Amino acid sequence: MGDAVPSSEPLLRLSKITKVYTRGDLAVPALRGLDLQIDSGEFVAVMGPSGSGKSTLMNLIGCLDRPTSGSYFLQGRDVAQLDRDALAQVRLRTLGFVFQGFNLLSRTTALENVELPLLYAGMRSMERAERARESLARVGLAERAGHTPNQLSGGQQQRVAIARALVTKPMMLLADEPTGNLDSRTSLEVMALLQELNAEGLTVLLVTHEPDIAAFAGRLLLVKDGRLRADERRPPHSAKQALAEWRDTEEEDR
Amino acid sequence: MMFLMALRLALRSLLRNRMRSALTALGVIIGVAALLVTVVLGEGTRKMVAAQIATMGSAIIMIVPGASAQGGFMGGTGSGRPLQRDDVEAILQARAVRYVVPVDRTVAQVVSSNLNWQTPVLGTTTDYAALRDWPVARGRFFTAAENESAAKVCVLGHTVTQNLFGDSDPVGQQVRVKQMPCEIIGVLAPKGQSAMGSDQDDILILPSVTLRTRVLNQNRQYVSTIMVAATSEDDLAQAESEVVSILRQRHKLTDDQENDFTVRNLAELVQTQQKIVETQTGMLRNVAAVSLLVGGIGIMNIMLVSVTERTREIGIRLAIGARERDILLQFLVEAVVLSVLGGLLGTGLGALAATLFSKLGGGMPVDFSPFWMVLGFGVSVAIGVLFGFYPARKAARLDPIDALRYE
Repeated sequence: MGDAVPSSEPLLRLSKITKVYTRGDLAVPALRGLDLQIDSGEFVAVMGPSGSGKSTLMNLIGCLDRPTSGSYFLQGRDVAQLDRDALAQVRLRTLGFVFQGFNLLSRTTALENVELPLLYAGMRSMERAERARESLARVGLAERAGHTPNQLSGGQQQRVAIARALVTKPMMLLADEPTGNLDSRTSLEVMALLQELNAEGLTVLLVTHEPDIAAFAGRLLLVKDGRLRADERRPPHSAKQALAEWRDTEEEDR
Repeated sequence: MMFLMALRLALRSLLRNRMRSALTALGVIIGVAALLVTVVLGEGTRKMVAAQIATMGSAIIMIVPGASAQGGFMGGTGSGRPLQRDDVEAILQARAVRYVVPVDRTVAQVVSSNLNWQTPVLGTTTDYAALRDWPVARGRFFTAAENESAAKVCVLGHTVTQNLFGDSDPVGQQVRVKQMPCEIIGVLAPKGQSAMGSDQDDILILPSVTLRTRVLNQNRQYVSTIMVAATSEDDLAQAESEVVSILRQRHKLTDDQENDFTVRNLAELVQTQQKIVETQTGMLRNVAAVSLLVGGIGIMNIMLVSVTERTREIGIRLAIGARERDILLQFLVEAVVLSVLGGLLGTGLGALAATLFSKLGGGMPVDFSPFWMVLGFGVSVAIGVLFGFYPARKAARLDPIDALRYE
């Protein structure tokens, strides 16, 4: 990957995507014809009020759900109408997920949590452990491999979750409010890590309702009433720099 | 590979809820144990009855006097024409008959030099030992001449010997049967329980004439029972029909008259009893099967609880790329492991219980072939798959988004 050069075919392309939920006789449209392209190597933040359809959009992009109509090309392949098992394969091989609530398996060590996707990929146990250790080392938690989630801080748990998302070497990382449960300093650490990974070529799609956090992304999407209302590119803030400034203020306070 | 992983996950999950797993397995433990006990004991009873038929002699027919019928009034058994001594000789002429002996019974106090014992006394002829296939352990059986001359000799069963003489050799010693002194000339080998549960070895055998003239003090010419041995088990029906036609002829019965005697086939009696036992064990077996069913429902119940509790975990697994079949396998293996653990413990418990039952109650033979182990294992695997499938499928079909949001 390295310095990603946008190729002719975008990493993902959504066109005229709609999603309608039916509750009894009532049809509730969540997305009303949304078009979107994301190129490999982008860092995209999605913002929008609750009920805007941004979660639905994330679920569709994350292949956890299928659109009612429209097409979704991921790496040039139409995944809009794949069956459940085929979608599971896409999630396994191409995508990585990070959630607001970390979603690690409790009473299971960090290493085993990170190994989990490889297990479903059918990898041998030796190779699995090796890859999982590499991934944990990448997020700076090599020495915490044997700890269970309740022995780790929130920031550490989220980093384990990121290691788990990275372990299958996905094309794109989907982060749904990854800093929602973290204090400001830990939030900055997580964002710094995501920026680092993005700099190495990983495409990152971030959902957040905090403008401060969205400011670390190079592209901002605003979703409202099931439509894309704004799509702007701007130079991102550096999370590393913000973290350093934050440390300085803390020292001044002391 | 996937299966081993599922096995590890299952064990870990079951160990996390030790008490719950143990209680759930208990349902299967009880079910499998109960099933095994009834099957093993049923089999044991069947073998025991077969062995009893063998000790009794399988080709034996008993003839007793029948009921009289006069103008529509039926007398009880024995009220009809009695069986005659001559009938014994006549039946011996039948082709399919090997031995015929008269049998009269009474109960008498038997007195040795310093002990006494009340026991059934049986009067018969020389062929009785051969007819019953009953070997003489010490001494000898009486001869035809001793019978004819009403000799004061007797043969003792094992139990009587034990009670009157302990372990010392009684052959050649004297006992008194009621008022008659007689010499012990032989001791029979132990024969054990009869099919009806009585001790066949609690007996004293006298020559038929001796019993009639010296103990019962009557010179009647009829006998209470005639025992007949067919030449072989296959000839039993043939022997029976020959006996019936000889007796009808001798008793001068016309074609429209009923038999004035009753012919009983011992093997049939035992088989009737065996059927009763089989019906009972069959019912027990059904109860055991129902308890196994309840055990299975317990597994299904706890697996459904487990699926609900772990909805979020399932959501995580689905989100990171588990397929439906991965989740299905995980929960199915968990149910099967639970059931098989119960099944193995149940098999052990059942084996123990069956052995205990057999030791305490009558000593029926219990043999544990590996077949029972395989049965216990197989049944529990089947229960696990059967009752684990629905919860596992429910887990596998969860929507990943809903599952992830589940609190």
